[in-house]
Amino acid sequence: MKQVLAYTRTAIALHWLIALLVFVTFPVGVIMSDMALSPDKLKLLSYHKWLGVTVFILLVVRLVWRVAHRPAPLDVAMPHWQMLAAKAVHVLLYVLLFAIPLSGWLMSSAKGFQTVYLGVLPLPDLLARDKVLGDALSALHQVLNITMLLLVIAHIAAALKHHFVDRDGTLVRMLPFLGRRTSK
Amino acid sequence: MNKFIAAILLLLSFGAAAAEYSKVQADSSTITFVSKQMSVPVEGAFKKFTAQVRINPAKPEAGVAHMVIDLASIDAGSMEANDEVKGKSWFNVAEFPRAEFVSSAVKALGAGKYEAAGKMTIKGKTMEVRAPFTLKEDKGVLAIDGAFVLKRLDFGIGSGLWSDTSVVADEVQIKFHLLLK
Ligand code: HEM
Repeated sequence: MKQVLAYTRTAIALHWLIALLVFVTFPVGVIMSDMALSPDKLKLLSYHKWLGVTVFILLVVRLVWRVAHRPAPLDVAMPHWQMLAAKAVHVLLYVLLFAIPLSGWLMSSAKGFQTVYLGVLPLPDLLARDKVLGDALSALHQVLNITMLLLVIAHIAAALKHHFVDRDGTLVRMLPFLGRRTSK
Repeated sequence: MNKFIAAILLLLSFGAAAAEYSKVQADSSTITFVSKQMSVPVEGAFKKFTAQVRINPAKPEAGVAHMVIDLASIDAGSMEANDEVKGKSWFNVAEFPRAEFVSSAVKALGAGKYEAAGKMTIKGKTMEVRAPFTLKEDKGVLAIDGAFVLKRLDFGIGSGLWSDTSVVADEVQIKFHLLLK
């Protein structure tokens, strides 16, 4: 049986690439925040920023792609509130994936540390150095991250429930190889 | 009458040209620096220093400077960094609270540029440094602006783990902006 993909290959690739990067960027952020100042901490801080900026770039590509290539509607029976909740979580995740790197970039500027992408491309400082603002943006970055962590947990839990409990095709839309294996 | 005015102007200009500046305006003078951390330029400053400078813009070659920098007054960009750089592996301010520069010669580089040579002492090590600078007179205030690159590892600033120059570059740019009356 030839599968009709709900999402394009590009959309699927972007989804998993961003997921992978976030799964690395997040713990790097937590680890480096707890470290005392050291050369390793400075390295992790830079890697964290480069990873985060990469997420931001990929997210913009993904949103543009999403607008140009609408996925097929989900053809799975579920309560209306679940459908709404899923939509809301997806939209919020997009918003957070945009706002988190942005807050990190602005925080860096406010703290007086420019972001130099991959050590070669200096990003403009949109804010002047301002300690109070820097601390506020740092707190915002943290709150947005905790919110995203909770939403990602819900997102994953829901995907797994659909696949293993409801046994519907929701997860297969984003992981087509799962469908191939089970349809054999 | 015209001759008289000309004579006065000549006298005035001579007077201005002969002026020697020696009162460093501590509140408006600054010593700042830029270090590179992971390719990111980070600005810092020394908030407290004393500078004894005597210079006549008509003959800057005769100028002399003696600066003493209170290293504990450093602003390295963040509180965490300030604490770190006062420690043993950086400036070790407990043992070496001050950095000192004593000029030995000033020469003209042409095009309104000069260069001060002298001895810089930090952390018990003394090295020869050369700092190019410019002079600008405006309304009785002389601005001396200059910058030079100092190699931190020459003085053992940032030793041990911190000697990794791929994280913190060896070259640190020092900038001075002195206003004299
Ligand atoms: C998807 C992108 C990102 C994620 C998931 C993320 C996640 C995190 C997390 C979880 C922390 C630890 C918070 C804490 O425990 O206090 C953190 C800290 C931090 N992040 Fe990000 N981040 C991202 C992007 C960025 C970007 C693009 C920058 C800067 C250009 C950045 C700069 C920072 C900084 C400087 C900290 C240190 C915390 C502080 O000083 O308050 N982040 N990040």
